[in-house]
Amino acid sequence: MSKLTFARAINAGLRKSLENDPKVVLMGEDIGALGGVFRVTDGLQKDFGKHRVVDTPLAESAIIGTAVGLAYRGYRPVCEIQFDGFIYPAFDQIVSQVAKMHYRTQGRVKMPITIRVPFGGGIGSPEHHSESPEAYFTHTSGLRVISVSNPQDAYTMIQQAIASDDPVLYFEPKRRYHDKGEVDETADLSTALSMEKARVVTPGSDVTLVTYGPLVKTANDAAMAAADEGVSVEVIDLRSLAPIDFQAVEASVRKTGRLVITHEAAQSGGLGAEIAASITERCFNYLESAPVRITGFDIPYPYSKLEMHHLPDLDRILDGVDRALGRGNSLSGLEG
Amino acid sequence: MRSTVLTDEPGQDAYKAPNPGISAASPRRTGGDLVQLISPEGERISHPEFDLWVSDVTDEQLCSLYEDMMVIRRIDAEATALQRQGELALWPPLLGQEASQIGAGRALRDDDFVFPSYRDNGVAYCRGVEPTDLVRAWRGNASSGWDPYRHNIATQQIIIGSQSLHATGYAMGIQHDGADSVAVALFGDGATSEGDVNEAMVFAASFQVPVVFICQNNHWAISEPVRIQSHIQIADRASGFGIPSMRVDGNDVLAVLAVTRIALDRARKGGGPTFIEAVTYRMGPHTTADDPTRYRDANELEDWAAKDPIARLKALLRTKGLLTEEVEAKTQAKADEVARNLRAGVINMPDPAPLDLFKHVYSTPNSWIERQKDHYSRYLESFSGSTQEGAL
Repeated sequence: MSKLTFARAINAGLRKSLENDPKVVLMGEDIGALGGVFRVTDGLQKDFGKHRVVDTPLAESAIIGTAVGLAYRGYRPVCEIQFDGFIYPAFDQIVSQVAKMHYRTQGRVKMPITIRVPFGGGIGSPEHHSESPEAYFTHTSGLRVISVSNPQDAYTMIQQAIASDDPVLYFEPKRRYHDKGEVDETADLSTALSMEKARVVTPGSDVTLVTYGPLVKTANDAAMAAADEGVSVEVIDLRSLAPIDFQAVEASVRKTGRLVITHEAAQSGGLGAEIAASITERCFNYLESAPVRITGFDIPYPYSKLEMHHLPDLDRILDGVDRALGRGNSLSGLEG
Repeated sequence: MRSTVLTDEPGQDAYKAPNPGISAASPRRTGGDLVQLISPEGERISHPEFDLWVSDVTDEQLCSLYEDMMVIRRIDAEATALQRQGELALWPPLLGQEASQIGAGRALRDDDFVFPSYRDNGVAYCRGVEPTDLVRAWRGNASSGWDPYRHNIATQQIIIGSQSLHATGYAMGIQHDGADSVAVALFGDGATSEGDVNEAMVFAASFQVPVVFICQNNHWAISEPVRIQSHIQIADRASGFGIPSMRVDGNDVLAVLAVTRIALDRARKGGGPTFIEAVTYRMGPHTTADDPTRYRDANELEDWAAKDPIARLKALLRTKGLLTEEVEAKTQAKADEVARNLRAGVINMPDPAPLDLFKHVYSTPNSWIERQKDHYSRYLESFSGSTQEGAL
């Protein structure tokens, strides 16, 4: 075991994949000599060469589109999109090509492409640097979408994503890059928890709190605070956003009868809506109260002086827990 | 453990770095305004620089190019008829573009890899794709018709220009592998306005990868004339990207063969990308759902009919005394046979089963898809004994 930051853990996972499979190629803007704007690819070009860690021209559609061609040729490209808000020029290649190629060709052409996306807010950035675009991609069949919340998962799941024969969007919570955690670099991929599986990170019995990525830490903190008030919150880290491990969420809700979902992304049409609907369908009779969503507002990501109001924090999550429990909360006395 | 299959050692440049290689002079367009080896009247025009590249073409091979063009025109006509008869949902005719496609298609080596658009059925035919497979997607029986790895040609791309990036990426792979194959991107004049085609040229030039861009300028993107896409000759755009180009008479199969061979040879020898503009004409509609009388002048079609790619090769073969009755009969018989087989193949094509819906979305089982498939199959089973019998 070694103690690594989130960013170093991804770096170690990328290094391992580059070592183990000559077909793995990294591509992106500034990922070479600079090591990426967040230094996630630090040192990899020096050790593996410019032919395997490729600084590309500044064209996101081309980064993904050429990755499609490389995958056609049998490579496993790992593309870095520098910031969440820069992914949109590549949207067509991701949605129309990467996602559909396997279906289009009746399984003859595989697209083992990993697309790394630093996402989410909380770092005081200007516009286009703090977005949470995951729902665009979870709505697109043919893609697998995962989000990591801790250095160990970051290390393991980047390797699982690269090893997957299906395309994977790997959402990295950029405000957690400097968080440190224990990472077992000898962990055996074949016995590691599947990247499709959710994980209960804090067990509890009163309320199920579902989240992923950057808010897992916030949710855990909220669960600790709730425990001080005698409320037992079970926190589930989804890890996989497409597909979602509904069995895990369902098992928890059958136990607690109450569901709170929290994410940074806007509420309407977001993952919280999908989870609330699916869980209501699957275990309506076990629910003691309506599912509650604590999310970013339906606004463009705000300027940084206001982002703390937009991002769900410990108190807003606890307010949601109170609503699920029918206790006095911010909406008490209001209709709807 | 590091790769031993790659072309260079870690820490070294595999790509020809753009620096210090930036040259003051842009790569030139060669071949003048229009490379032409057969005039519209069927005269063989001498052009020493390009003749060299087709000097090995025998009389027999010339007849074979004629047969290819005749067969693909017949396939195109049969598919159009099948659409009119309700057997295909839609068809994008290539009428008029036979020389561009057969000339390019016959220049390729088996190990080259083509990324075509939806209209490039002539190239797909050259790669050995079965005529029935050319129409499979247009009947609605599948999203695409063939195995790309069997014929070294990707399936037909519908998103305009998207495949230019795939070809460039594939060429990056060829370069990594140290192979001397070439990736070929086929697209039309409309596609040159798309960002993807421009980005593909940026990547291809920066990394100097073995890719050939072949733009069939057929003068129309559905109803939009080429002047809406470009203020200059399309071939002249390439030099701005640092890519050498040629502008060829796309209705002259020999000239297209020559320029494609030049481009492929350059790519194989590490000379990087080439851009070819094949000037041709879409004599039919964009697709069978289109009506060109709404937007183009009948005189224009007449002008281009006088430059017909098949008629001019036919005239040349006549002059050379190659178009004997025997050759004519053999060619016609081949075209008719292919068309007959195509028709039979289409009419006898089995419908897909309902649950094929869910196949191949992912390469490994997916819990969301499995659940929906399970629910839908049970729903279908609830009708068992009635209309859904055997559907599962």
